[in-house]
Amino acid sequence: MPLSPDEASRFADLLKGHAEKLATRWTDSVATSLRGRLSSAELQRQTGDLQKAFQQALAGGAVDVTDDAAAELRAQLAEISNSRARQGFNATETAVSVYALKDAMLEILGEQSDVATLRDYVAFSTFVDRAALFTFDNYVRVREALIADQAEQLLELSTPVVKLWEGVVAVPLVGTLDSARAQVVMERLLQTLVDTGSPYAIIDITGVPAVDTQVAQHILKTVVAARLMGADCIISGIRPQIAQTIVALGIEFGDIATKASLADALRYVLGKTSYRVVAAKRPER
Amino acid sequence: MERVPVLKIGDILLVSIQIDMEDQTALQLQEDLAERIVVTGCHGVIIDISALDIVDSFVGRTLATIASVSRVLDAETVVVGMRPAVAITLVELGLSLPGIRTALNVELGIEMLARSREDEYADDDEDEADPATVTTP
Repeated sequence: MPLSPDEASRFADLLKGHAEKLATRWTDSVATSLRGRLSSAELQRQTGDLQKAFQQALAGGAVDVTDDAAAELRAQLAEISNSRARQGFNATETAVSVYALKDAMLEILGEQSDVATLRDYVAFSTFVDRAALFTFDNYVRVREALIADQAEQLLELSTPVVKLWEGVVAVPLVGTLDSARAQVVMERLLQTLVDTGSPYAIIDITGVPAVDTQVAQHILKTVVAARLMGADCIISGIRPQIAQTIVALGIEFGDIATKASLADALRYVLGKTSYRVVAAKRPER
Repeated sequence: MERVPVLKIGDILLVSIQIDMEDQTALQLQEDLAERIVVTGCHGVIIDISALDIVDSFVGRTLATIASVSRVLDAETVVVGMRPAVAITLVELGLSLPGIRTALNVELGIEMLARSREDEYADDDEDEADPATVTTP
């Protein structure tokens, strides 16, 4: 049952007339549900703002949250859901911040009990429900944006290509390798090869928790692509457990050089270039 | 039809492909190169594809053919400057261009050719007792 403009203005008056009582009741019931995780001053400010926004919207003749008159209310609701989502409150705790207005309003209306008041209240309740739904939608959107941001940051963080020696670059892979990450790693490695003109690349998989056929496929593709461009790849950092998995799965690395440690791989590459690693002679005493 | 120029630098023929490779262009290049290797007596061919956005299966196969033909004529072929995007596409298509030697850029390609020539002469040294028979490049 939607709110009529007539009812809206009546509720606006109610909100104004009982502002103090409503605010106290509202803040109290939100505070209990948040169990002291937000300071009461902060909470009072929020409910105060929200109450004013509700009153303005209703006084302006808004019968739905999507009305023009409710623009300020929408902004307030969005702000509340933003801060709740970023502070790590769950969906219920966010929704209660709006729903609590219904309890507070019922208490004020409790003094008069006729059919007309009940009808008014149901209409008002629908309006608050819509507002809460709007808040919830916004809350979900903010949370999803947070997750997307974090996934992107993870992608950025986890794929450095480092220069080990003149003409030798290394990619220390850390974490599970899915298709998206493998693609990023491959592109970044190949681009670095072109930029630095390094004919050797070492792919270190010490930080990869598990190697299955898919991960192996990604690594093999990278190696073949690097070869096509004229660079040689060495795979290092194969832990004993992973070596056993690779054999058990029947993954063939073919003629790709594999080494147990990054140090071994570097020594192997230096051996293939014009460098030779020898221990320096100690000065005799 | 556009033709790809073949430049002679010392003992090396340099081919820099700056246009879109069509099938006819690729075939023409194959013929031109074979002719020039015989005429100049060069022992190395460098094909620079750093300006190519697309390498399709036909061009890939032609490159392999060029490499085989030059090898018969005693010239080593190195394909240089393949772009990462091209390499990824070829791998996704399952074309690994077997039989083609590659290098990251022209400089490394020249180095690679010089090294393989050196190795060849070093082998000759071991085979033949008289070093005077070794011709200077």
